[in-house]
Amino acid sequence: MTWEVVVGIETHAQLLTGSKMFSSASTAFGASPNTQASAVDIALPGTLPVANRAAVEHAIRFGLAVKGTINRRSIFARKNYFYPDLPKGYQISQYETPIVQGGEIRFLIGEQEKIVQLTRAHLEEDAGKSLHEDFQGMSGIDLNRAGTPLLEIVSEPELRGAKEAVAYARALHSLVMWIGICDGNMQEGSFRCDANVSVRKTGDQKLGTRCEIKNLNSFRFMERAIEFEARRQIELLEDGKIVVQETRLYDPERDETRSMRTKEDAQDYRYLPDPDLLPLVVTEKMIEKVRADLPELPDSKRQSFVSRFSIPAQTAAGLTSSRSEAQFFEDLVASITAKLPPSDPKYKEVIRSTANSVVGEVTAALGDSGRDFSNNPISVWDWATARLRIADGTISGKIAKDDILPALLSGEGSTDEIIEKRGLKQISDSGEIERLVDEVLAANARQVQDYRAGKEKAFHSLVGQVMKATRGKANPAQVNELLKRKLS
Amino acid sequence: MSSLLYSTVTELSAALAARKISSVELTRACLERIARLNRELNAFISTDEERERSLAAARRADERRARGDAGPLTGIPIAHKDILCTRDFRTTCGSRMLEKYRSPYDAHVVHELERAGAVVTGKTNMDEFAMGSSSESSYFGPVRNPWAKSRVPGGSSGGSAAAVAARMVPAATGTDTGGSIRQPAALSGICGLKPTYGTVSRYGLVAFASSLDQAGPLAKSAADLALLMNAMAGFDARDSTSLEREKEDYSRLLNTQKIQGLRIGVPDQYFGEGIQPGVRKAVEEALRWFTAQGATRVNVELPHLPLGVAVYYVIAPAEASSNLSRFDGVRYGHRASEYSDLLDMYARTRAEGFGAEVKRRILVGTYVLSHGYYDAYYLQAQKVRRLIVRDFQSAFERCDLILGPVAPTTAFEIGAQIEDPVKMYLGDIFTVPGSLAGLPGLSIPCGFDESGLPVGLQLTGDYFSEAKLLGAAHRYQQATDWHLRVPTETPL
Repeated sequence: MTWEVVVGIETHAQLLTGSKMFSSASTAFGASPNTQASAVDIALPGTLPVANRAAVEHAIRFGLAVKGTINRRSIFARKNYFYPDLPKGYQISQYETPIVQGGEIRFLIGEQEKIVQLTRAHLEEDAGKSLHEDFQGMSGIDLNRAGTPLLEIVSEPELRGAKEAVAYARALHSLVMWIGICDGNMQEGSFRCDANVSVRKTGDQKLGTRCEIKNLNSFRFMERAIEFEARRQIELLEDGKIVVQETRLYDPERDETRSMRTKEDAQDYRYLPDPDLLPLVVTEKMIEKVRADLPELPDSKRQSFVSRFSIPAQTAAGLTSSRSEAQFFEDLVASITAKLPPSDPKYKEVIRSTANSVVGEVTAALGDSGRDFSNNPISVWDWATARLRIADGTISGKIAKDDILPALLSGEGSTDEIIEKRGLKQISDSGEIERLVDEVLAANARQVQDYRAGKEKAFHSLVGQVMKATRGKANPAQVNELLKRKLS
Repeated sequence: MSSLLYSTVTELSAALAARKISSVELTRACLERIARLNRELNAFISTDEERERSLAAARRADERRARGDAGPLTGIPIAHKDILCTRDFRTTCGSRMLEKYRSPYDAHVVHELERAGAVVTGKTNMDEFAMGSSSESSYFGPVRNPWAKSRVPGGSSGGSAAAVAARMVPAATGTDTGGSIRQPAALSGICGLKPTYGTVSRYGLVAFASSLDQAGPLAKSAADLALLMNAMAGFDARDSTSLEREKEDYSRLLNTQKIQGLRIGVPDQYFGEGIQPGVRKAVEEALRWFTAQGATRVNVELPHLPLGVAVYYVIAPAEASSNLSRFDGVRYGHRASEYSDLLDMYARTRAEGFGAEVKRRILVGTYVLSHGYYDAYYLQAQKVRRLIVRDFQSAFERCDLILGPVAPTTAFEIGAQIEDPVKMYLGDIFTVPGSLAGLPGLSIPCGFDESGLPVGLQLTGDYFSEAKLLGAAHRYQQATDWHLRVPTETPL
């Protein structure tokens, strides 16, 4: 019997605003406990909430980016429950009428585009934090986070399996950062996902009983948690047991999910429209103002990269994984184009290899040094120069990757200075190369014999030896040609 | 000295302006009277016992006068209902839960009155969290009516009403959710105004039912109410339900409001069963005065009025059950001294901190919001609320104001109704509909019943018609002296 794993994701994206959802306290992360909690945040008697306009604009921005419906009138509601880190005894959220309804997220699975529908996205405030350690049998409460604006984004259960779920979450993660509404920092909890997982027999229309998995604070954990949970449910069903609807917590240490609370313990939140807040009215003018500031979206940019530069969709997807990366690539293209006209026969290949270098070695090198494109120290001009120097035969691609890139990262000067200082120019003096080829041939009589006996592999080994002898500076095409001539 | 205490805010303001008296002198007189009467009336929960704070404020007011930097309220002693947050006095809401609670900030209303130069003499007693119509549910004990000390002064702003009636202060603030300014004003023989919802900021008013709560003034005359409203009303960005309107002068129609041609709506229900004969007689007499001055009596119908109390006692407890969740013993206020775990801490804290009426309303409110009951109670109540709004809107197409009694009875004996909540709730029958609609309502004295207890006349107007209501009342008070009568049991 085959099983289909069905996943829906609920995401809490912390909105990038200076102040909280309903108060003027700062939202900066990492301050000493309770230093960023105003009278409103700690729910002193008599205090009242006032909705943060910037958070509302961020929600509109998201709604436009996912092509959802922006409700012109949405309602803040109170979700009532008692918990020490919930100062008012209720959380202000949106219940029946959220600010954004519908919409879609597009992402690639391989070269295939997948479209997932969103149910809704609504504004709400975060709770504080309960600290259960270090207080000797008591709990500490930190209300710095209380009232932080969140956008809760709910997908339809249209994801099939852990890989798709993670691809969706990654696409959503890069989108919210792309449009500037969330910093995407998962360690600090700025982007948190819960997964609703159920399984059903392949072909069944009816959804199985779902479990909600919490505490997925990395994409790796999300994948493992969903895989574990799906396996757990399938095993239950195959043993003739049933899945109980419940909330489960993922434990990364043990790589398993554990029951937190069952549906029977589910609280009655006694939602009611918040009488302290008028209905949230979004005018056409507000929408148009946000729309005017909206950058080109990653989907559209990805498609335009594919058609403009004839690069594979996956490469284009990589280039558009963040706005700063896409910008870096576009700036490289502009710099290269200023020196090498598109009519040049080499142009297409230069752009294509440049694209590969950005998603490949540059991304990797930045990652290794704990950075990304948003704090990329490599100047556009230097990397463009490196690509052009490959095109004009001054250096090889390998030299660019292994020598120039690290040197640029550690700030050793411009590309041309690095080439000069480190003596990285390709050896184009054919006499010098010929001398080295002769040396290599003389020292490797066996490989020469093997090659002559028809072993192509032996030829590659000889090329490698020559390149090694030149410390990578020989023009590989020239070496190939010389070797072939000498061996024929 | 005693004549000072007889005087209205308007008169005192003129005397201060003319330097006939000083604020220090006036404030001292009030503080002395408070000290003398409070033990028997229990109108105040907190008073300025050392008197230093009030007298310092009075001296500052006198200095402002001397600099020529004074407004009408500069140097006028007042008292705040103990549900408005103050830095200088604890804010208890009449509850054990907040017995020792000190707010780090002043309510908007408190701040505005201080800016106007009013001198705060103390915080007045009230029904716990403003839940009640008799001021008996206070943790600090019942307030006594200056007209008959065995009786209630009304509620929930009963402390403010008793303080003004007993001439302890010339004016006080109150809050009105379903009649909590108008009804105690009526039962204590003084004037009170519940403004249009959204006119006075709720910031710093400890919430009972957010969609209904509104602060307003209590004083001896309509003219005095207008002076207080001029300071209290106005937009405040910290209250999302505060209305962004230009400042208005609530005194502007005091001398120009015409009674001739005024269309006075009189709903039949206001004179139906359950209303005491003494109340009916006094209200009808007041109506006769208006018609004798050329006003026209218009019969208006408010078909959903009889549902008002039922709707109110769903919506107000629903909101209260949520608003009072913050009193959980975690951050401030009362916390049980012994408990076994978190749930036990919540349960004991709230069991000890809240009184019976508050618990009753939290239970009702929790019930009507619960899964499976929400539609039948809360949603249904909201629908009927809209019908009541519509009733008033069509009534105000035919009349300028609606006249009737404030309450069906005069002041009742302490303890007579406390065991019968439904009977107590039915006493709100004439005040609750206007609250549900967010309309302004004015309560002024219009006579006495056969036992010599004051009767209140209610004038309800369309939105933002406060100045008109005050103008009409002022004309009436120029022709009558009910509002100047001094309670028999607290003579000067």
